[in-house]
Amino acid sequence: MSALGKVSRFAGASIGGGPSFIATAVGGSMTMSEDRNRLSDALAMFAMAAVAAAGLTIVFETVEPAMMFHGALFALGAVLFIVFMMSYKGTRDAGSDFTDGPIRLAVVASIFWGIAGFLVGDILAWQLAMPALNFDLPWISFGRLRPLHTSAVIFAFGGNVLLATSFYVVQRTCHARLAGRWAPWFVVWGYNLFICIAGTGYLLGITQGKEYAEPEWYADLWLTIVWVTYLLVFLGTLWKRKEPHIYVANWFYLAFIVTVAMLHLVNNAAVPVSFVGSKSYIVYSGVQDAMTQWWYGHNAVGFFLTAGFLGIMYYFIPKRIERPVYSYRLSIVHFWTLIFLYIWAGPHHLHYTALPDWAQTLGMTFSIMLWMPSWGGMINGLMSLAGAWDKLRTDPVVRLLVVSVAFYGMSTFEGPMMSIKAVNSLSHYTDWGIGHVHSGSLGWVAMVSFGAIYCLVPWLWNRRGLYSLKLVEWHFWTATIGILLYITAMWVSGITQGLMWRAYDKLGFLQYSFIETVEAMKPYYVIRAIGGLLFITGALIMAYNVWRTIRGDEIRDLADQPRVAAAPALRLQPAE
Amino acid sequence: MKHEVFEKNSILLLVGILVMVSIGGMVQILPLFWVDSTIEKVRGMRPYTPLEQAGRDIYIREGCYNCHSQMIRTLRDEVERYGHYSLAAESMYDHPFQWGSKRTGPDLARVGAKYSDQWHGEHLTNPRALVPESIMPGYPWLARTPLQYADITERMKTLRMVGVPYTDAMIQNAMKDVKAQIDPESRAARELLTRYPKAKVVRFDSRTVTEPSELDALVAYLQILGQMVDFTSFDAAGPNLR
Repeated sequence: MSALGKVSRFAGASIGGGPSFIATAVGGSMTMSEDRNRLSDALAMFAMAAVAAAGLTIVFETVEPAMMFHGALFALGAVLFIVFMMSYKGTRDAGSDFTDGPIRLAVVASIFWGIAGFLVGDILAWQLAMPALNFDLPWISFGRLRPLHTSAVIFAFGGNVLLATSFYVVQRTCHARLAGRWAPWFVVWGYNLFICIAGTGYLLGITQGKEYAEPEWYADLWLTIVWVTYLLVFLGTLWKRKEPHIYVANWFYLAFIVTVAMLHLVNNAAVPVSFVGSKSYIVYSGVQDAMTQWWYGHNAVGFFLTAGFLGIMYYFIPKRIERPVYSYRLSIVHFWTLIFLYIWAGPHHLHYTALPDWAQTLGMTFSIMLWMPSWGGMINGLMSLAGAWDKLRTDPVVRLLVVSVAFYGMSTFEGPMMSIKAVNSLSHYTDWGIGHVHSGSLGWVAMVSFGAIYCLVPWLWNRRGLYSLKLVEWHFWTATIGILLYITAMWVSGITQGLMWRAYDKLGFLQYSFIETVEAMKPYYVIRAIGGLLFITGALIMAYNVWRTIRGDEIRDLADQPRVAAAPALRLQPAE
Repeated sequence: MKHEVFEKNSILLLVGILVMVSIGGMVQILPLFWVDSTIEKVRGMRPYTPLEQAGRDIYIREGCYNCHSQMIRTLRDEVERYGHYSLAAESMYDHPFQWGSKRTGPDLARVGAKYSDQWHGEHLTNPRALVPESIMPGYPWLARTPLQYADITERMKTLRMVGVPYTDAMIQNAMKDVKAQIDPESRAARELLTRYPKAKVVRFDSRTVTEPSELDALVAYLQILGQMVDFTSFDAAGPNLR
């Protein structure tokens, strides 16, 4: 019971939140802080001027039109940031204890990129059903669009959600303003500039050809600068904390930020052919490159799409249902075992390949073990609802958050199962993998993100609630049905194709030619594309709801919304 | 030790995380660089010709790896469908590797010499003209786009920097070798073959141009896939047991 008490103190601290502490911390010496502001303004201007200069150098030195475009994007981005700095008065956050401006930007960006990424994904789904939709055009052919889809949903949508929530959570749980004056803005802006560079690059044919690590060397370098700034802002905020303990959500965010930095730096080690050209060659080759890539690739899942989003689960579920996390001890065990085991799981992407057997066996073993901490996290999230299960029925935002954890549990069972070599021999290279990824990414990552966005928007824009809880209900059902269509179609197509590839006829010959197995996929590709369409519809409903909420339109169903739907300052106190 | 130590000190927490996430990668990745048996000892592996390498760069640019693997697994049906299972040695000069993760289309690890150049040219331009059920996009722009290879020497030098054993002669003759590989029965083509055994000189009907197109480069690359290793001298049970 004492463990429970401890966590409730954690969560309680963040739920209470006195507004006066910053005033005493900052109010002391105005002139000193003004001097510091001027210094940071000058440093930021200088840094941006350097970025603009670097961009212009590329424009004038390169022979590649695409590279010229990217140099111009860098320069334009830097100029826009300078204009923003000069015009920014900080009006909204001046009276607040927190720096919320960059978070609002990241929330809006995440919705924009989410819809863009889902849309591109659905176009790809239709292209597979009807290849004429490639239109024989290089920029929108499947091979160039697919990295755009994966990057847009993982890094642009997911990344902006992680930036927004981590900046929100770290401030509230530490009772401290974000470290840095321009640094948090730089992180959000710089990250989105990276997305623009990477995404337009794919369409123009600029890619490293490593899955989920397609951006070329100069985009990678830029991301490194942004990411180190992100780490420093996050750590700096932890250092300023007024709470003695670092809240569990922040452990996960920190693990996500640090590990992604490590993965990014190692996996993208490359030598550019020219410093004003886009092309580079990865330093690793063949089997070593394969192992490094899937060490990276699987931990993009483990740390970007899991650890970071578990941070969301650990803050937003307790907050929304106003209850502490189920078990403090479980969160400790689950945290350390999850981050230790995940990093070993990569080789399960390389079963029966030219990767040495010892590495394959290690990968499988650790993948199976990973089931346990994954479910530890799921149990911790789900059981926090103990005694408040009725909220699943009454609050669709809670339902989004909780169903996401259920999907997390499902796909973290499916994953270890697929990592078993015998199962993998059937599932690998087929749509089963695609289905698995989407049960995790749509079911877990996107749903928990939607839940967090629905919490954040009224809190950040100081509203009494969402414009319409009923529309959240609509979003929940369209998205859920969409996901179910998607993953069931992919299960059937994947297992069918896997079985057809290995089918033998009575005389001992392979029964099907490859193209026959492609033909058999058609109906499932159509069902999948329809599922995707439903999922996008849900996201569009969300965008509309969020837009009306931000605009401050009259709330349609205020009486139905829970107390916590309102911004903290507008909340009714609970009856004691 | 109480967990409070980590909860109250962000640097300790950071160090703890770094230790935990470093171990797996070090155990799985680093030995691959020094354990000898990781890459089999085989005959026949050579760096790509300049035209093949340029074709490989196009293969990557168009994102072919999103739908085609280049890794035949050690499973009966795969070996019967595609040929000898892939060896680590066969991608030892591939920066980056292109083993892939999805087979929306068939594996390409041994597609070389399976179809004629003419077939590849027509198939890449309009896949459904040859395979009506195919869902592959068409790549008609490859045939009409001249290959940009002004920096091929620089590309090869960069590859040499990361470990591909290009000789000085290979690098000096790079520009010449690009053109030689689309000029069948020429002296230059014979010279190319001494530097790069088994290279396939691309041959299309009705060729009138002397400068290679992107299609020439891609076909040259596809035609060498899986062709380099001499399997008559390869002993799977030999010193390559892993």
